[in-house]
Amino acid sequence: MIPLSYYLVLSAILFACGVTGFLIKRNIITIFMSIELMLNGVNLSFVAFAAQWHALSGQVFVFFVMVVAAAEAAVGLAIIISVYRTRETLNVDRVNLLKL
Amino acid sequence: MLHLLLFLIFGAICVAGAVNLLVQRHPIQSALSLIVVMAALAGEYLLLGAEFVAAVQVIVYAGAIMVLFVFVIMLLNAAEEEHTAGSRVAMILGVPGVTVLGLLVAWMVVQHSNSPSVSPAALYADPTTHGAPATIGTLLFSEFLLPFEITSVLILIAIMGAVVLAQKPQHGKEEK
Amino acid sequence: MSVIKIVLVVVILLTAVAYTVWLERKVVGHMQNRWGPTRVGPFGLLQPAADGLKFILKEDLTPPHVYRPLFIAAPIIAVTFALSSIAVIPFGTEIRLFGLTIPMQITDINTGLLVVLGITSVGVYGIALAGWSSNNKYSLLGGLRASAQMMSYELSLGLSLVGVLIMAGTFSLRGIVESQSGHFPIWLPHWNIFRGQIVAFFVYLMAAYAETNRIPFDLPEAETELVAGYHTEYSAMKFAMFFMAEYANMVTVGCLATLLFLGGWNGPVFGPAIVRAVLPIFWFVAKVFCFIFLYIWVRGTLPRFRYDQLMAFGWKFLLPLALANVVVTALVVALRA
Repeated sequence: MIPLSYYLVLSAILFACGVTGFLIKRNIITIFMSIELMLNGVNLSFVAFAAQWHALSGQVFVFFVMVVAAAEAAVGLAIIISVYRTRETLNVDRVNLLKL
Repeated sequence: MLHLLLFLIFGAICVAGAVNLLVQRHPIQSALSLIVVMAALAGEYLLLGAEFVAAVQVIVYAGAIMVLFVFVIMLLNAAEEEHTAGSRVAMILGVPGVTVLGLLVAWMVVQHSNSPSVSPAALYADPTTHGAPATIGTLLFSEFLLPFEITSVLILIAIMGAVVLAQKPQHGKEEK
Repeated sequence: MSVIKIVLVVVILLTAVAYTVWLERKVVGHMQNRWGPTRVGPFGLLQPAADGLKFILKEDLTPPHVYRPLFIAAPIIAVTFALSSIAVIPFGTEIRLFGLTIPMQITDINTGLLVVLGITSVGVYGIALAGWSSNNKYSLLGGLRASAQMMSYELSLGLSLVGVLIMAGTFSLRGIVESQSGHFPIWLPHWNIFRGQIVAFFVYLMAAYAETNRIPFDLPEAETELVAGYHTEYSAMKFAMFFMAEYANMVTVGCLATLLFLGGWNGPVFGPAIVRAVLPIFWFVAKVFCFIFLYIWVRGTLPRFRYDQLMAFGWKFLLPLALANVVVTALVVALRA
């Protein structure tokens, strides 16, 4: 009914939006959220292929991607908080000196 | 027919949310758009017969990771974005570039897709095995045991890292 | 058919929410050696109606510097998700009416428990966004504390349910209740709480109090602490929606506890056919009522935790306890099989 290519095109669109966000945004939290959007697009590809080939390994891999995304979000947000504490800004362009 | 309609509705919500994330200037609005994208993706997973993954997507991604993002945005009192010189260059070069790349990938996918449709077999498959929590659990503990254990160590490291990184500066620095 | 069920269930749920408020005021009043509402109707039974009328007629004030879209959306989000999880909760066995067999549930999803957990997880947003959009430092602090508290205790909540899942073998709520039918030889019913999940029940109870922001875990909305926490700036109908969301969450958590630990609708069934059809629902409602009474009893008795004590309790005591419960249950089930 719904060809596999439809799901893959949707996944490509989401991934492209994620990459665009990563490139054009200047707020570090929004950049992080674009990374999460990319990961979500990839998850959709995994689940679509798992449904096509009846291989549940695709869905299991989605779990691993989610776990890695959660770990990365935790550590990344901790880094963002400590950067904010020292530099007082969330704008990536202003964090351009190695020493304060 | 109903499946196609549902796919189009959820797909439209996904794309609208993703574009909204790019267009909005305040991070909290981007975060809420991302939550909408994740919820619509959970709907797509249901269409693909992956009910456990859809539930976990809502519980973990939309219900925990995004709460963490919203929490940090509120804690750091993030304000609207400013447009700097770098961001203008990135927008002029980046948006067309990525659009071209995305369209290229989509075109290649459509060109090379001679595979049969996905949904009927997935949706009407035996719900006690396909997409069922029991089958996924068995797979996790048999074929994917090593990645499972490694990700548990990864989470432990992430917890320790996050706690150490987000600590307030210790006493040594307060004497300045 | 489903539409009739949905309307009926929502009406019953909203009435239950309104009368839970009445019950709480009466019970806490009697515990504090005073009457509670008595003037509006006999025993104050029309008090919820009077309160509802007051909320509708009161001035709905939106302060000038709030972030309007989220300010208006937050109570809607809170109430929507609080009322949604009733869709997968079964109230009883099937009823045969006019030749139709009607299951006492709106939908029976085979991952029903995960749906309830998911809806609870997303319900945090109502509170977090309310606190932030009010543009007020007390609301922001209350919202942040509430969302951190709810996220922390969701883990213990989910883990306490894993023990039950291991014993039942299915995520479907109806399946879990049906695995608790029958009796032990000494006339003790086969409920999960008697089958070794007493520690899990304790963890679930604590986590449920924290999830619904009730005493002893209600620091985010305590009157003496942060003005009123995340709902400081809300008045009239929006405040009523937060109120309804909190009590609807209580009812949902009570229904879930009944289904998972107290045997659902299993109970002595006797009498003629019409009584037999209604008796499971009666047992279900009676058990939910006992659970909610326990909620109100604890509210009238205990003082509240300080915030750091609250977080330490959730992370350092409840979470390891829930994990230990999962390990022990899994060991026992594996060794028995």
